[in-house]
Amino acid sequence: MSEEKPQTPPMTIANSEQEWLDEQVRRTIWTGPWNKFIDLVDLIYNWGRRNSIWPLGFGLACCAIEMICTSATRFDIARFGMELFRGTPRQADLMLVSGTVTKKMAPAVVRLYNQMAEPKYVVAMGACASGGGPFKEGYNVVSGVDKLVPVDVYIPGCPPTPQALLYGLMQLQKKIDKQSIRDAAWYRKGVSEGVPEPILGPDLIDARRLDEITALSADPEKLAARAVKLATKGKKE
Amino acid sequence: MSVTAPVAPPNTPNYNDPQIVAEQIKTKYPDAVESSSAQGIVVQSDQLREVARYLHDELAFDYLNNVTSVDWQDRFEVVYNLTSLERGGAPITLKVNAARENPSVPSLVPVFRGADFQEREVYDLMGIRFEGHPNLRRILLWDGFEGYPLRKDYKEPYYEEEKKPFGSRWDKGHHVIAEDRNPWHDNVQYPSNFDAVAYKPPRDQIQVIDAAQAAAMRLRTDKIVLNFGPQHPSTHGVLRLRVTLEGETVRGVEPIVGYLHRNHDKIGERNTFVGNMPYTDRLDYFTSMANNLAYALTVEKLLGIKPPERAEYIRVIMAELTRWQNHAVALGFIYNDLGAFYTPLIYAMEERELILDLFEATAGSRMMCNYMRFGGVARDVTDDFIAKCKYLVNERLPRRTDELEAYMVGNEIFHSRAKNIGVLPRDLAINYSTAGPVLRASGVKYDIRRAEPYSIYDRFDFEIPTGTTGDLYDRFIVRVAEMRESLKILKQALDQFPAGEIMTGKKNYQVRVPKGEAYGRGENPKGELGFYVVSDGTANPYRYHVRGPSFINLTALNDMCVGYKIADMIVILGSLDIVMGEVDR
Ligand code: SF4
Repeated sequence: MSEEKPQTPPMTIANSEQEWLDEQVRRTIWTGPWNKFIDLVDLIYNWGRRNSIWPLGFGLACCAIEMICTSATRFDIARFGMELFRGTPRQADLMLVSGTVTKKMAPAVVRLYNQMAEPKYVVAMGACASGGGPFKEGYNVVSGVDKLVPVDVYIPGCPPTPQALLYGLMQLQKKIDKQSIRDAAWYRKGVSEGVPEPILGPDLIDARRLDEITALSADPEKLAARAVKLATKGKKE
Repeated sequence: MSVTAPVAPPNTPNYNDPQIVAEQIKTKYPDAVESSSAQGIVVQSDQLREVARYLHDELAFDYLNNVTSVDWQDRFEVVYNLTSLERGGAPITLKVNAARENPSVPSLVPVFRGADFQEREVYDLMGIRFEGHPNLRRILLWDGFEGYPLRKDYKEPYYEEEKKPFGSRWDKGHHVIAEDRNPWHDNVQYPSNFDAVAYKPPRDQIQVIDAAQAAAMRLRTDKIVLNFGPQHPSTHGVLRLRVTLEGETVRGVEPIVGYLHRNHDKIGERNTFVGNMPYTDRLDYFTSMANNLAYALTVEKLLGIKPPERAEYIRVIMAELTRWQNHAVALGFIYNDLGAFYTPLIYAMEERELILDLFEATAGSRMMCNYMRFGGVARDVTDDFIAKCKYLVNERLPRRTDELEAYMVGNEIFHSRAKNIGVLPRDLAINYSTAGPVLRASGVKYDIRRAEPYSIYDRFDFEIPTGTTGDLYDRFIVRVAEMRESLKILKQALDQFPAGEIMTGKKNYQVRVPKGEAYGRGENPKGELGFYVVSDGTANPYRYHVRGPSFINLTALNDMCVGYKIADMIVILGSLDIVMGEVDR
């Protein structure tokens, strides 16, 4: 067996990549203004993000079943790069609130939202997550997840069909396309604060309204007046 | 061959008649019975436990179907439904009265362990204390919640009017949204002088094991209390489990539920009778058709009507299709829980889509069908539906059943993970009031379709599959067998499918239901779904209670898991096939 080998010097990949990159930079960036460069980065960056949104595997109620159907064979959410349902919020980009948010669950929903890394999106799937739905009048139901966390896309329906869910997610993709690293909130200096977790007291206590609640409940007259005023508003005399 | 309910020997009295049972009780406890009627037996509160034990031990009423309560404004009434699994037939009703102030009745947990969660629910929502209950805490709401919502004098924050349909919400050309009607501008209300800034929520009660208990449990390692959920991929929804572990071995599981408590009971009392139909869809959202059926049966009991032939057949077809798809998905999920992520579930989902297509074509919605009405069904099926259904039932679904079974029976890993794991012995299964496949896997041949035949199930030839050991394996094999039986029923129903009306009387959106009360039930894929409905003669139910099989099956979880590994616990939970919409209601 001969040990002879051809003596051509190995061409390192770094070399060729370097050359390719140089060429690209020369072609696209140096010839254009800075803005164009950012646009290009946005384009590539958003293209990557919009096609690999990882939702949080987070089923709240009936709508979650339609969410599972969407990720199953017929509707195949993988076409949109969203099939990776993550069990942990740390790896997720999208919180798909698929169902009724109850007061008992509210602190957990907010905590999950806070634990997600930026950039993060919230889709309210179905009537319940959008505004309380058929159970709105219930004493344990939060009337819409937007009372707790900011929502990007609302999908109506009870439950929304998988088609509707996919359409809603396409709207989210459009929204992502429009974002730019120039003004993205998650690139600003400092740490994002997160939403304060609601407290389970005699009823659900929004931690942002502590003072207001204390003041109002100490002042039954003011509270009553508020109620009366609103109760008569719009009613027949 | 049509098997009917087991007939009692001629010389024994008919214990399905409450009057006769009351007479029997009087022979032993002369002053325990306050009164008795066809509606139930009212028992003295201080002798309730003795009477229950007597019924359980001597008259073989070994199964507690349902515990609920009614607020009669001047008193509370706690209602128990009992059956004998041997004899079958309709459950008898036992009632106790409790005072309006500080209501309390003796707990039945020492006799029926299945009362555990149900009594906690009554305590939580109605505020009735159960003396002697081992763990009387709030269950659906959280510790610290103010008020008992099911009492008639409790008003929710968004309270509008007593009964639906409400008066005009669109007055003077503009609409006041619910948030504005409430002075807090949200779905909340607080007691007066409530100091939110200084408020400290009560700490979650973690049951710390003391030395004596630890010795009794033979804990050798440090005890670990693991919190599991409410957001966890394998809890099948928003269930939370507090697990005490010794190494990897489970020493105790406490399910913490209520994260999806959507106030079905309270909202149901405000709705009209028909208005509750779509809400039943959302109980167990896999099986909306079967939920509709059980609710329709209950109200039809009060109304005293029967749907026409064709509607009965449609109902059976829909209910059995539902059973098939529910079990198929349950089998798909077991693999998820075992670690084979998603692929087997996709096989089940593929077939489920075809069934959902049929539902959508008929009822107009894939999942939330809202299809049954009192005295019939909402819309007629087409010939196309029958043709498609025949194709599915005769060709596709049997093949897929075999395939799903082959994945289990032919899989050695499944055998070693499922055989003799999570055993629920027969007597415990009965005592815990488990229902459906869980009960049958433990070897109890009890199926409401046979024991108290409803609709037209007495016409069909089908078997009740049972298991032998009550382990995980049995619970799944029973489900596969039930899928086959469903197909058998479907075949017969499709062959005999008659023409005719689909509704008794005309469509009516304001059904007036005569005064009375009824406990109606149906054999849902998950087990016995019961409705306890009290009517005061108006268009709205006075009391509307749902007996969720998933909720009560969960009572047995602790006993099934103790001693097995934590990885088994997931599968045991999966084998109960719970749906949180029904657990928390
Ligand atoms: S919107 Fe409808 S389907 Fe979705 S969670 Fe609410 S009740 Fe269920």
